[in-house]
Amino acid sequence: MLQAETKVGVVAALEAPAVQLENLTVEFIRRDRQVKAVNGVSLTLARGEILTILGESGSGKSVTLRALMGLMPDYAHLSGKVSVMGRDVAAMTRAERAAIRGPVIAMIFQEPMTALDPVFTIGDQIAEIIMTHEGIDKRSAMKRALELLEMVSIPSAARRLKNYPHEMSGGMRQRAMIAMALACRPSVLLADEPTTALDVTVQIQILLLLRQLQAELGMAVVFVTHDVGVAAEISDKVGVMYAGRLVETGTVTEVLGERRHPYTAGLLSSTVHGGMRGKPLEMIRGQPPNLATLPIGCAFAPRCNYAVDRCHKEDAPEVELGEGRIVRCIRAETPPDSVTN
Amino acid sequence: MKEVNVTDVPALQSAAEAAVAASEPIGSDAGYWRNVWSRLKRDKVTMTVTAILFMIVMIAIFAPWVTFHDPYAGSVLRRLKPVGTPNHWLGTDETGRDLWSRIAHGGRLSLLSGVLPVGIALMIGGLLGVIAGYAGGRINTMIMRTMDVFYAFPSILLAIAICGMLGSGFTNAILALSIVFIPPLVRISESVTAQVRSLDFVDAAKASGTTTAQIIRHHILANVLGTILVYATSLISVSIVLSAGLSFLGLGAKPPQAEWGLMLNALRQAIYVQPLVAAIPGVMIFITSMCFNLMSDGFRSAMDIRLEQ
Amino acid sequence: MSSFQAYFPPPPEEIRGGAAQPLLIVQNLKKYFPVRGGILNRVTAEVKAVDDVSFEVRKGEVLGIVGESGCGKSTTARLVMQLIAPDEGTLVYDGDPVGHLRGISVAALRKQVQMVFQESFASLNPRLTVGDSISYAPRMHGLPRAEADARTQRLLREVGLNPTQYMRRYPHELSGGQRQRVNIARALALQPKLLILDESVSALDKSIEAQVLNLLVELKQKFDLTYMFISHDLNVVEFISDHVMVMYLGKVVETGPVEEIYRNARHPYTRALLKSKPSFDPAKRTREMPLTGDPPSPLNPPSGCRFRTRCNFAQEVCAAVEPPLLATPDSPARYQVACHMFNPGSGHTQAISGASHVAG
Repeated sequence: MLQAETKVGVVAALEAPAVQLENLTVEFIRRDRQVKAVNGVSLTLARGEILTILGESGSGKSVTLRALMGLMPDYAHLSGKVSVMGRDVAAMTRAERAAIRGPVIAMIFQEPMTALDPVFTIGDQIAEIIMTHEGIDKRSAMKRALELLEMVSIPSAARRLKNYPHEMSGGMRQRAMIAMALACRPSVLLADEPTTALDVTVQIQILLLLRQLQAELGMAVVFVTHDVGVAAEISDKVGVMYAGRLVETGTVTEVLGERRHPYTAGLLSSTVHGGMRGKPLEMIRGQPPNLATLPIGCAFAPRCNYAVDRCHKEDAPEVELGEGRIVRCIRAETPPDSVTN
Repeated sequence: MKEVNVTDVPALQSAAEAAVAASEPIGSDAGYWRNVWSRLKRDKVTMTVTAILFMIVMIAIFAPWVTFHDPYAGSVLRRLKPVGTPNHWLGTDETGRDLWSRIAHGGRLSLLSGVLPVGIALMIGGLLGVIAGYAGGRINTMIMRTMDVFYAFPSILLAIAICGMLGSGFTNAILALSIVFIPPLVRISESVTAQVRSLDFVDAAKASGTTTAQIIRHHILANVLGTILVYATSLISVSIVLSAGLSFLGLGAKPPQAEWGLMLNALRQAIYVQPLVAAIPGVMIFITSMCFNLMSDGFRSAMDIRLEQ
Repeated sequence: MSSFQAYFPPPPEEIRGGAAQPLLIVQNLKKYFPVRGGILNRVTAEVKAVDDVSFEVRKGEVLGIVGESGCGKSTTARLVMQLIAPDEGTLVYDGDPVGHLRGISVAALRKQVQMVFQESFASLNPRLTVGDSISYAPRMHGLPRAEADARTQRLLREVGLNPTQYMRRYPHELSGGQRQRVNIARALALQPKLLILDESVSALDKSIEAQVLNLLVELKQKFDLTYMFISHDLNVVEFISDHVMVMYLGKVVETGPVEEIYRNARHPYTRALLKSKPSFDPAKRTREMPLTGDPPSPLNPPSGCRFRTRCNFAQEVCAAVEPPLLATPDSPARYQVACHMFNPGSGHTQAISGASHVAG
């Protein structure tokens, strides 16, 4: 990934990338087992860029996002550097982290029904955020809330301000959540599978809305999803995660087009679409890894059709194929063919 | 980790064959009840409390063998001896009977008065509740609203009223308490059955054309029995206290039966003469009741496993 | 009655119905759920979950039912399975009307038609082992333990799970994909002919989804099954179905062979739905919204055509008259669409011309 030149002092904050993770490792330590949900993830996101983290369940994508927000449970142990707009999130106190949530970094979640407070109206919830961070009075905050609802294309915005979450449909709730997230004009927006629970016609509306808002407000976005189509629609850059590691990164055309890592290739060719009728689907054999009992060597090796002896003994090496283009596989030099042939 | 030597891409296998070869369950588990047991073993409080309870039960069962006096043999000379008297290590009561014998023999009646009503109520109430929960609709309404009527009365008043109707005596007290405990057991069984009823696997069982009785027996019971039993265990402590109360009021066991509640009443007058001795039946009621309570709590937490992958 | 039956005994199992007879014919299926409110808990409104739905499933084919939330596809599945009692409508299974004296009873239907549910922690009884879950139904129907277990072991092998490893496991020890295979095995335990798959792969990871879909295709060929495949995922439905039915707010809006629906859809909703699929090519991103607004609630559907509130081509006739499900003059066999634009003489200014076919 492009590393911005860092300068000393105040200027450094101006030049710093929107998001920078260096060797982030999150370990969940409980009484009977320890699990490395995220294992040495490094990435950089420049301002105004959209990065999608693509992965299935257990890949560590949601945990990475929550580490950025500082929303980790007590039994999580973080190591490595997490910086947002040049500031080290991991080193902050609780109060400092709460202070940046809203104006600097904001998050939208998968289930708007559970992320929104059911006993307050939408208007109240948005206004509360604005009042907390900017200290203005309620009336001005409500006016801003109205503008925000209109910005996310909610029809009859003035009426919606007085609605409770359960009175709105799924798509509208998601728009309301986006309005809440953007209330204080954050520089970084995190999105944790925001369209997974939505109908497909609503999903495309939300994706287009997010693209449009991102273009207008110039935010950096980290989008987490398991859906390849969504990644293709919205990202500039893509990072594929498997078993807590980034196995392939690059621009969206590079990753989806070249698919250097066998997991990426398998994932993309086994994703059902269009003209696959009539023939058996290509598939990745085996099951997603159990993070508590990862094998020695490359975590994907048990399911990989190209695994050799070395893959089961050593960790896969990080091969840098270009600026921002990293593939964690020994076969990175030659492009892999289709998984089954 | 097995050594795999794959040097060439395997030929396309059928989906099933490929899966059989590579399939491996993700976890290894001994089953739900073993998990519960291992969690219980780690819970020191529950283990201690259960041990105490076990001791009390043993003492009650083997009372004739662990006591050295007749619980009904009194002596005017030996009235209200203090704790620590040689030959009467817990002292004597107001008619000179050895307190330790009375406590040990009384334990039988008191424990029975805790367990029996709950056991009876469990069978009747549990069944009614499961039927109500599974059937839904009109049957559910009929049963639950009937229970609501009983719920309107505080349990002790209801017990007294029923005892008053039936007459006093130990068996009548047991009967009264059973009736008092039926509504709460119906309520909990109905609630937990209704929850399980809405799960997909019950729909699948219905869709396979099996009868209601078969579905309840194989699918519902195993999933609800645990919760119901734990709740019932917590009711035992209430039952012991209630029956002691009934005896205290003269509605339960009758003199000269040894029963802790009755003893508490009888020794009331002696509280200024021998406070320690007068307190002992009360202390026993308290300890036994607390033990049942804590034990059921412990069971409940142990069974509340969030089955994580 | 009994002498009548002796005179005309029912045909033997094998040729019952025959190859040309559709396996399932559903006619005018209706289910309204009452919404209660007020002091006396009276019915204040009705959710018209399934409203006059008719379709048929031919032997050996896969009927895909696709639609968004609130369209009634899951309710339709449960109505066919008789898990919910329909308010109106008839079901004919292999020539026998369901629930009738001279037809097939609901209990007997349940042996022929089985359902595979969406994978969740609640799809299998957590207290039963995998083996017990699968052998439950055969045993309850009278099969002795040993035979039921043998059948269970065969089924586990068929779905790709090693019986020695899985028979005595509990559901929570399995991954999502493995549990779904167990669900499939359980559904096959009574050796049904029709399998209803309700969002069976929706909860699975994409790489596992491909495995399970391949398995379903294999099993269908091996056991000569017929599928009703219900999903909101357009791609999966296109992959596995032969015939597709599109539902919107309790009604069927378009139905036909899969190629016709996916390449040559006519109904505005179907077209919008297909255009809403995210593009897999970053160079060809979606530029404009195919459809605005949210799917309306089935509590108060619009009059006439239910889609008219979001349709770009809505006119007065659409609010006044509900479009019937009809074939068009140039459409292939078994194709029907419910839209005034494709019904000559409907009154819509853009209606096509030509003789209209009666619903067929």
